This record gives sequence, C-alpha cells and structure tokens, in this order.
Amino acid sequence: MNRTFVLLAGVLLTVASSYVGLVVIPEWQLDPLEPVEAPDGTMQPQQPAGSVAEGRQIYSELGCIYCHTQQVRPEGFGVDQARGWGDRQTHPVDHIHDQPHLLGTMRTGPDLANIAVRQPSRTWHHLHLFDPETTSPGSIMPPYRFLYDRVPRDGGDPPEDALDLPDEFDDPDYWWVPTDRAEALVDYLLSLDHSYPIDDER
Amino acid sequence: MSETVDVSGHPDGDLSEPPRDRDVIRRARIDESCRGPVLFFVLTAVVWLLVGTVLAIVASVKMHSPEFLADWEPLTFGRVRPAHLNTVIYGWSSLAGMGVLLWLQARLCRAPLRFHRLLYAVGILWNLAVAAGTIALLTTHFNSVEWLEFPVWTAALLGVGFVGVMAVSLDLFRRRTKHHIFVSQWYLFGAVFWFPILYVLANLMIHLGMATGVAQGTANWWFAHNVLGIWFTPIGLAAAYYFIPKVLGRPIHSYYLSLLGFWTLALFYNWAGTHHLIGGPLPVWLTTVGTVASMMMFIPVITVAINHHMTMVGHFEKLKFSPTLRFIVFGAMSYTLVSVQGSLMALRNVNETTHFTHYTVAHAHLGMYAFFTMAMFGAIYYMLPRLLGREWPSATLIRVHFWCTGTGIFLYFTGLSWGGWRQGEMMNHDTVDFLAIVDYLIPFLWSRSFAGILMTVGHVAFAILLWKMWRGGQADAQGPTQFPARQPLTERPDDGDVADDGAGDAQQGESP
Repeated sequence: MNRTFVLLAGVLLTVASSYVGLVVIPEWQLDPLEPVEAPDGTMQPQQPAGSVAEGRQIYSELGCIYCHTQQVRPEGFGVDQARGWGDRQTHPVDHIHDQPHLLGTMRTGPDLANIAVRQPSRTWHHLHLFDPETTSPGSIMPPYRFLYDRVPRDGGDPPEDALDLPDEFDDPDYWWVPTDRAEALVDYLLSLDHSYPIDDER
Repeated sequence: MSETVDVSGHPDGDLSEPPRDRDVIRRARIDESCRGPVLFFVLTAVVWLLVGTVLAIVASVKMHSPEFLADWEPLTFGRVRPAHLNTVIYGWSSLAGMGVLLWLQARLCRAPLRFHRLLYAVGILWNLAVAAGTIALLTTHFNSVEWLEFPVWTAALLGVGFVGVMAVSLDLFRRRTKHHIFVSQWYLFGAVFWFPILYVLANLMIHLGMATGVAQGTANWWFAHNVLGIWFTPIGLAAAYYFIPKVLGRPIHSYYLSLLGFWTLALFYNWAGTHHLIGGPLPVWLTTVGTVASMMMFIPVITVAINHHMTMVGHFEKLKFSPTLRFIVFGAMSYTLVSVQGSLMALRNVNETTHFTHYTVAHAHLGMYAFFTMAMFGAIYYMLPRLLGREWPSATLIRVHFWCTGTGIFLYFTGLSWGGWRQGEMMNHDTVDFLAIVDYLIPFLWSRSFAGILMTVGHVAFAILLWKMWRGGQADAQGPTQFPARQPLTERPDDGDVADDGAGDAQQGESP
C-alpha cells in the first residue's frame, strides 16, 4: 500500500509540476501582454476579423503550418533576418490574438511571419496559390486549384477577377476565378506583417 | 502452448502437479481471460496501421510530386499529413499500446482480466472516435495544432473511453497477487495516469481557448513531447523490460538501475518539450528549461540501455531464432539511439541546424516507429500464440515483415537525416537560394517514399499473418514458429519464443 502511494504521488507530482511550469506559468506571464502602438498610430497586432479571420481558419485547415513557420529567429541564431523574413525576432506580443497558434515547426517552404511585406501583391498570391510554379519555378508546394472556380470561355471578355495566367499555364477553354475561400486566404496572407517595432524587454 | 489452453477447465489447476506446471496453468488462465478484449484492441490497431500507412505514402509522394492527387481537397498535403499522424498515433499506436498494456498488467499482477464488456465498449468507442476524427481532418474545418488536430468532441470521446482502460488496469493492479511491483508495472501504472491528464489538459488549454498565442505553443509542445515520453515510451519500455528477460529466461540485470531509470524519466521527460520552440518568440527561460531537462534525460536513457544490454550480453545468438526478441531488441536499441539524438538536438547549436527540417521528421520516426512500433510488433508476436492457442502460420512471412520494416525504417531515417541536416545548413546560409534547397531535397524525399513502400510491404505481410492466424494458424504445430523455420524440436533453444515454461514472471528481479 505504501509503495503504491509513493508511486501514485510521484506519477501525479511529476506531471503536475511540468504542467504548472510549462503551461500555467507561461500563460500567466504572457497573458497581460497588450497590443503596442505602431509608428503609423495603429495598435498592433490587430485582432483578425471578417475575411482575415476566415482566411486564418482556411490557413489552419489546409495545413499550411506543416510546411511554413510564422516565427523569425533572433540574430545570430540562423539567418532568418538576412533571408528577408523579418527585421526583428518575433515577440510574444505578435501572437497575442493567435487562436489556434500557428507557430509551425517545419520550413519545407519559407517563413511567413512577414509575407505581406515581401509579397504585397494580391495577384502574386492568387497565381502562387493556383499553381506555385507560375511564380516560383521548382516549388514543391501543392497547387490549390480547388480554391478556384472554372468558368467556360464564351468568347466575350474575361470575368473581372479571372486569373491572368502565364501562357504555359493558361487554359484556352476556361477562365479561373477565385472562390470566396481563396480571397479570404489571400486577405489573411496580406495581413501577415509584423514589421512594427517592439521594445524588447523580455 | 496449445496443450496449456486445454487445462482452463480446471479452475484451480491440479495442486498435486509440480509448481512449474501450476505456473503454466496460471499463465494460461490469465491469457485466456485476456483473449477477447486484447485481440480486439490489437487487431483493430493493425487496421489503423494499414490506413495510416496508405496516408503516409500519399503524403510522402506529394512532397516530391506535388501534382499527385492534387485536385481533390480532402487529399491535399496539409490534410493527409495530420490524418497520417493521428491515425498512427491514436489508431495504431494507442490501440496496440492499450492491448499490450492490459495483457502485460494481467500477467504481471497474476490476475485475470475482468470487465470484458466495458473493454469492448471502450475499443469500439475509440475506433469510432478515431474514424470520425480522421474524416473530420480530411473534410471539415480543423485546427492544425500538431498532435491535437482531432476536433474537441472526438478528443472528448477518446478521453472518456480511456477512463475505462484506466479503471480496468487499476483493477488489475489492485488485485495483484504479489506485493512486489515489477519494473514494467511502474511504467504501466504511470502511463495510465499520464495519458488522460496530458490529453484532457492539453485539449482544454488549446481547443477551449484557456491559453492563447505563445502560451498555447508551449502547451502544444508540453503535450506533443510528453505523449511520446510518458505515454508511448513507458509502454514500449515496459514491453522491453518484460520480454527480454522472458524470452531469454534470465532476470533483468539490475532492479535498482531500473528504478532510477523510471523516476528520472518521470521527472525529466516532463520538462523537455519546450525544446521544440528554441529560437521562437518565448521567454528564454522556457526553452532553457527544455534544454536542461533534455540533457538530464541522458540519465534514464543510459540507465535503461545498460540494463537491457547487460541482460542481453552472451545471448545475442537468440536473435537468430526468436521473432519477439528480434523486434523487441530492435526497438530497445532504437530507444537508446533516438533518446541520445533527441537530447543532442535540444542543444542550441545543434538545434540551430536541425530545427524546421526533415532531420526532425526522421527523428520522430526513429522514436515512434523504430522504437515503439517495432516493440509493439515484438509484443504481438509473443502474445497472439498464447491468446489464440496456436502458432504463427509462416516463418517466411515473419521474416518478410522484419526485414522490410527494419530496412525500411533504416533507409527512411538515414535518407531524411542526411538530407535534413544539409537542408538546415543551407537554410542557415543566406547566400543559398531557398528554391535551391527545395531542389536539393527532392532525391531524399524520393528515398523516403521508397522506404515507405518497403515498410508497407512489411505491414501487408504482417496483416496477412494476422489474418491467417485468426483463421486457424498452425493449430497442430509441433513447436513455436521461429527462424529458421521448421527446425527440429531438439535444435530449438529451450527457452525460446513460445516455450513459455521457463521461470515465472518474476524475472524482472525482486527487491530484497
């Protein structure tokens, strides 16, 4: 009986201590963080809303995190900043609205913490999502054609938002038009800008 | 073996028999009490192994050939990959783990397994929940939080189901007929508490929004690292600690070393998870704690390695004959390797290169496959002849299973480790164009698909074996199925795989 009690107590205490140490205390330490005022007067980061929030959900359910991180490592630890992925290390403040978190653990593709700074063009994102090889030859990112509707060409003008595909990807019989999901995903990607400065006092 | 099953009609055995035979009868009765539920867990686990394998191959091929099955959203890479992970973790590994856990606990407690109907209900619930969760990952909205992708309602079903396994396991423990607690029992006792605590708390923190942002990241890796370390690892180690002495017919090298190993594992593994976030946007103390705990993990790992090795010394030739031993020893050696590697990967200067690369993917498979899955294969090779009262139908198929999975995981690991390390080095030189890294990796990604096909062949051989075994096996076998097949009885090692009449279960060593 004694021995069982020691075993039970040890089993519960070891896991309880790490739960408090690695989960409860970080939450307690980071929970009070507030948005900061950016040089342009806006408060950053902004709570995703409307199509940006929808796009964030699509980013999550299409599993983008399995190949893309959203965290820039500090100077002297990797060359994230020299690669142009951000001008500063990401900070806990950058993530205060993250639900779920999308930090990621894999870089089959580049980091996206500041993709809106690197690629501010809506057209670029649509072409890249439709077929990554249109913008990035040799990319192994999956094509997301299923986020685009096929509209038969009837000889008239193309729909206003039809993709202007390079010749070798063009389909003579169809136009490709972004669905609402594609637009929302691009809205989200264009919101990924963590270039505002943060006083680091961690 | 088959003759021992016949005696189950004698509730107390024949007390005039010598004690050795009474042990055989007692074990046969315990095995019989486990038959239905344990078979249910193990056989459905293997169905999930096959499903998970197919998903793995699809995901792997997509990585080097992105046009493969590209136009149907449920099979897009970002859905298939978590579907693979969750089917092999919650389907194959957890179901097989629970089956092995219940059987081991019954054997070690020397108490028959009870509450069959409850266990069937848990098994069915667990299977349905994994199926529903997997379909949800492929077709609906889900939160891509690694290792916790299942929707929260499926997670709730898994949690509720596990309470049943926990209760039955503790019931066995309460009814144990020896006061002494064997080494394997420590690990199994811990595992049935650790898993539900981890799983419930992690789901609450993450999916019900009790933690947000970076704190959610630490909760995520507290869970994902611990589910390996204090759910799968204890079951795998309990199996190794049981089967190595069992098959060899000699006691474990040192009881004290194994105690040291258990408590240091419980203490340090728990704190290691944040090494997955080194360099991330966390307070620095959090990742430092993870690195320190990872270094301390050298203690339990070296302890276990010494204990297993010293038990094996002088008996390695038995690997030639015993399928169980071969898989278990493969698993135990991989445990040492993966743990040492994992500790080193938590060092900042190693992590700088390996983080965010395929090197980590290779490492994860060394743990979940080369260690845990191989250990479960070994356990199943020992358990099933006793549960079904017949011998494995083909030594050739067992050999195919071993060599295909063994060389498969070896190729998988070496290919992705090499490619992944170079990937990390190139990524840390800003003069190397990112697409050049992508291009460099493609042959290594092909090697992974090839390795995956080898492992698939092994799994199919295993499934065929199980099917034949279920349908009849070698009911009239003259002896256990071993390598090389059809050895005359006289040439078999006397304490080999199925010759279960050596010393009792007390080979894990008694404390004085």
